[in-house]
Amino acid sequence: MKKYILIWIMFSGVFFISACGDSRIHSQAVYMLVDTSGTYAQEMSKASKIINYLLATLNPGDSLAMAKVETRSFTEKDIVAKVTFDKRPSQATLQKRAFKSKIEAFSKEIRGSAFTDITGGLIQGAEYLNETKAGKKTIVVFSDMQEELDKGTLRDFPIELNGIRIVALNVTKLGTDNADPRLYLDRLATWEKKVRKAGATEWVLVNDLENNMESILNTR
Amino acid sequence: MVLQEVSRAGRVPLVCLPYFESLHKAGCFVFVTEAVDLNEGGLVMMDINSWLFWPDRVALSVLVLGVLVLLFLYAARASMHEMIHSVCNLVAQSTRFLSRWFFLSAENLRLRNQAVLLAHSQASLASQIDREFVRVENLIQKDMHEFPSLQRKFMEEITRIEEDYRKCGEVPPPPPEWVEALDSITHIKSGSEIPRKLMEDINKSIQKMHDKTVTEYRRSYEERHKILKKMQSSWRSVDKLIGEMDKKMLTLKSNAKQIDSGIAKFKAMRAKDFRTEYALTVSSFVQLAISSLVMVIALGGAFINYKLIALPMSEMVGASDYITNSLKTSDVAALVIILMEASMGLFLLESLRITQLFPKIASMDDRMRRRLMITSLVFLIILASIESSLALMRDMLISDKAALMRDLASVTASDPGGWFTSIPMAGQMIMGFVLPFALAFVAIPLESAVNSLRIVVGVLLVQSMRFIGFTLRFTGVVFKRMAKVLEMIYDIVIVIPLMIERWVEMLRSNSSAEGQVKLESAV
Repeated sequence: MKKYILIWIMFSGVFFISACGDSRIHSQAVYMLVDTSGTYAQEMSKASKIINYLLATLNPGDSLAMAKVETRSFTEKDIVAKVTFDKRPSQATLQKRAFKSKIEAFSKEIRGSAFTDITGGLIQGAEYLNETKAGKKTIVVFSDMQEELDKGTLRDFPIELNGIRIVALNVTKLGTDNADPRLYLDRLATWEKKVRKAGATEWVLVNDLENNMESILNTR
Repeated sequence: MVLQEVSRAGRVPLVCLPYFESLHKAGCFVFVTEAVDLNEGGLVMMDINSWLFWPDRVALSVLVLGVLVLLFLYAARASMHEMIHSVCNLVAQSTRFLSRWFFLSAENLRLRNQAVLLAHSQASLASQIDREFVRVENLIQKDMHEFPSLQRKFMEEITRIEEDYRKCGEVPPPPPEWVEALDSITHIKSGSEIPRKLMEDINKSIQKMHDKTVTEYRRSYEERHKILKKMQSSWRSVDKLIGEMDKKMLTLKSNAKQIDSGIAKFKAMRAKDFRTEYALTVSSFVQLAISSLVMVIALGGAFINYKLIALPMSEMVGASDYITNSLKTSDVAALVIILMEASMGLFLLESLRITQLFPKIASMDDRMRRRLMITSLVFLIILASIESSLALMRDMLISDKAALMRDLASVTASDPGGWFTSIPMAGQMIMGFVLPFALAFVAIPLESAVNSLRIVVGVLLVQSMRFIGFTLRFTGVVFKRMAKVLEMIYDIVIVIPLMIERWVEMLRSNSSAEGQVKLESAV
């Protein structure tokens, strides 16, 4: 009799341990902002590569969202696709395929916007990431980091990016930057200062997408 | 800071620093190197001024202080000697007591180990002897059962051989008339024709008879050869029967030899023979080493097993669930499955009475034990099937992920290849099914390791206790001798007062001797 009880305990143990443990602490969430303003919209193929890299790297239970940076980006409407991968690897693979299809469809019908509201996108991204309750939160900004706000758009107030890593990707040099590199450096320094002041845990700049892709998710 | 520059010999508590600073400002010579937090460590403080009689005459003060110390040490000589003796005796006696306790405990432990070792070995040997007896019993029962028929067969064969042999021995005798006829002819006187004719006639008759006799003789021999030929099969049969009996006797003999040797060992164990005990202890060490090696190999198998099912388990219990910061639920679940397989294997071998780790299972009645055996086997087969299907799922998951990676990298799918691409999958499935059964046999080395570990740990413990006992005893002896050494060192320190004492004593004895002489001369 005791043996049967022991066997029952062992069996139920497997299912019990499957029920406990906080998975969210170990998961990570990534919010990718893609600049679609002006000439930067042509860089969408590179953004697709980044998305593919993220899809290949993220694990079951992780979250991923992609949003476009437009004239006013603090809105859910700008989120192109978002997903929290299932705990089962097979289902997560299916979800990744579906996510990829959405991104491909988006990249075909992309239209450039007149203004670039990066700050709005960051606030929206922070909101999404905090909702996921993931242990590691990252906002990836695929932009030249040149913010241009529409008249009536207010973004000169302190923002909250507590516990979030900010990764600036493919920050291309503008024509004016070539004439005076200080403009480019100042722009980057300003953004770093701004996000650190907002409570971001890390500011990472990745321009070499071929060799430095790991820095997007790995803390330095 | 100022204080620290003065010297490098003293340490004062942190709280006293202001006081020493004020002393220094007042002109006192303060001997301080560092401030110490009393919570962290000890305190050493030296203020030379407090030890000097005349601070401006350091040498004189030190000399006077030295003389006073010497006088004190000289005065306290007897007490100090007594104290040194007492302390050294105390340490020596304590260590001796502790050493004796350690030796006694070691001996008790050795006896307990011996009892366990002998009991275990006796039980093991008794079961071996029992098995040999059962074999002998089976052999004898079988042979005895066959023996009457064998004997009858043997006797029949022998009778037949005897009859045949007798028949072979019958040789037709030569016709006796010839001898008599020849004898009468030899008595006839020569010179006449009659004997010659008679001889010729006889010769002819004899020739005829001879031919006839030879023919008869040959026929008779032919018949006897035929009988002998028939005897061959009987001989062979007898030879075969004897051979079989010989073989059985040899088996019986070897069994008897093994029983004899077992009984001899058993006797030695009962007599608590030192050599036997030593041999058994060494055997325990060897057993532990071998079973540990086998268990390490089994551990390798378990690791491969774990690798096979860890990934697909994430499909069942979720890939992102964690029990602790670094322990995935799926990994633990895979480990639990493997441990359950090992447990089922253990129960199976226990119910088969191959191992005897659980006395309750061994003492179960046969029906219940058989039920337990079947249940364990069924569970093991179910687990092995689950593992096999998990191995298949692992292959599917990996293929799926590889396909996704190709899609993400925008690489066209390669040709699936021939039938040989499915060999790894089949291999994984077979391994998934076979490894649990292989893992089940780990119960045998486990039992061996458990049994021998008790002895090995006991022996090591005894040796450690003996070593500690020896060290304590040695320390005790050293302290006993140390008392004299310390006394001598003490006397070396106060050598000047001692020399003065001796000188004074000598003077006294001289003066008393002189006085005695004067008194005697006066008298």
